[in-house]
Amino acid sequence: MGKRLVWAKQHLRTWVQIGFAALSNGYAAGFMRGNIYKGPLKFICVPGLNCYSCPGALGSCPIGAFQSVLASRNYHFAFYVSGFLIFFGALLGRLTCGWLCPFGLVQDLLHKIPVPKKRKLLPGDKFLKYLKYVILIGFVILLPLTVLDIVGQGQPWFCKYICPSGTLFAGIPLVAANPLLQAALGWLFTWKSAILIGLVLLSLWVYRPFCRYLCPLGAIYGLFNPIALYRFQVDADHCTHCGRCQKACKFDISVQNQPNSPDCIRCGDCIRACPHGAIRSTLRRRPSAGGHERAKT
Amino acid sequence: MKFFWNNRAALAALAIAAVFLTIGVWRGEAEVVLRKSINICMECIGLG
Repeated sequence: MGKRLVWAKQHLRTWVQIGFAALSNGYAAGFMRGNIYKGPLKFICVPGLNCYSCPGALGSCPIGAFQSVLASRNYHFAFYVSGFLIFFGALLGRLTCGWLCPFGLVQDLLHKIPVPKKRKLLPGDKFLKYLKYVILIGFVILLPLTVLDIVGQGQPWFCKYICPSGTLFAGIPLVAANPLLQAALGWLFTWKSAILIGLVLLSLWVYRPFCRYLCPLGAIYGLFNPIALYRFQVDADHCTHCGRCQKACKFDISVQNQPNSPDCIRCGDCIRACPHGAIRSTLRRRPSAGGHERAKT
Repeated sequence: MKFFWNNRAALAALAIAAVFLTIGVWRGEAEVVLRKSINICMECIGLG
C-alpha cells in the first residue's frame, strides 16, 4: 500500500496532465469525423497552449485567440483574452505549463525515452531563453497588429509560422481525416511539420525545449511566477545551500536563490529533492512557527 | 488578513483580470474569439 502511494505521488503530475488534456479535448466525434467542436464553450480560453482547431478542443487557445482579436480590424488591444491570461497567471503562474498544458505533456513523455547524452540546457541557453519574449512581442503582438492586408486584416503569425502544438493536435489529425484538406497541402505544412519534428527530436535530449525557448504563453505566465497565488518559498533557516534542488531541476534553476524564476514550471522536483524540507509552495502550511521572517519568496 | 497582505499583488491582478474580461465582453471581443475558434483555422493547421 505504501509503495503504491509513493508511486501515485511520483506520477501524480503525469496523470493530472493526461486528465486535463483529455478533458479540454473531449470532443471525441471531431477526431472520427475530421471536423471541430462548434459549441458555445469556445467562448472560454483554456489555460494551456491547446489549438482551437484540434478536433477534440472544447475551448479556445489563449495565444490563438489573442492574435485573432489583434488581427481583426476593430481592435487594437485584446482585453478579453488578456483577462484570461492575467487570471490564469495571477492564480497559477507557470503551474499551468507544468501541469495543464497538452504540448508540455507531449514533451515530458518524449523526454522519458532513454537516449544517450541527455543534457539539461542547450548551448547558448543564457541568450536563447529570451527568444520566447522576442516571439511574444514580435509574432504574437506586433506582426498581427501591424502587417495588414488590403482590407485591414492581420494574421495570426505565431500560429501560422511557428506553433508546433497546432500542427500536432490540429493539422495532423484534421489532414489525416479530411481528403479536402489533404489536397490543399503545401510548403507551409511542410515548414510547420519540420519545426514539429525538430522539437520532437530535441525533446528526447533536452527537457521541454519549446517551453524553455519558444513558448509565448510560458513567457507571459512566467512573469506572474513571483506574484501568483501559487508560489514557492525557501525557508532560509532550513536551507543549507547543498544545491540538491538545482541538481534535481531539469531547467537547472538555482531554486535556493530564485524560487520563483520565470522559467520554473512548478514540476515540484526541487521540493521532493530537498533533504531539509526547506522548499514549499504557498498552498502548504508552515509546519512550525519558527523561521517565518526569513522565508525567501 | 495576512493572506490578503501576502498576496496583494496576485489579488490586484485578479481584479484587473475581472475588469479586462468585462471590458472585453462589452466590446464584443468574445464574439470575435468564438467566431475564429468554431471555424477551422487554416493558418493554425499549416494550410495558409
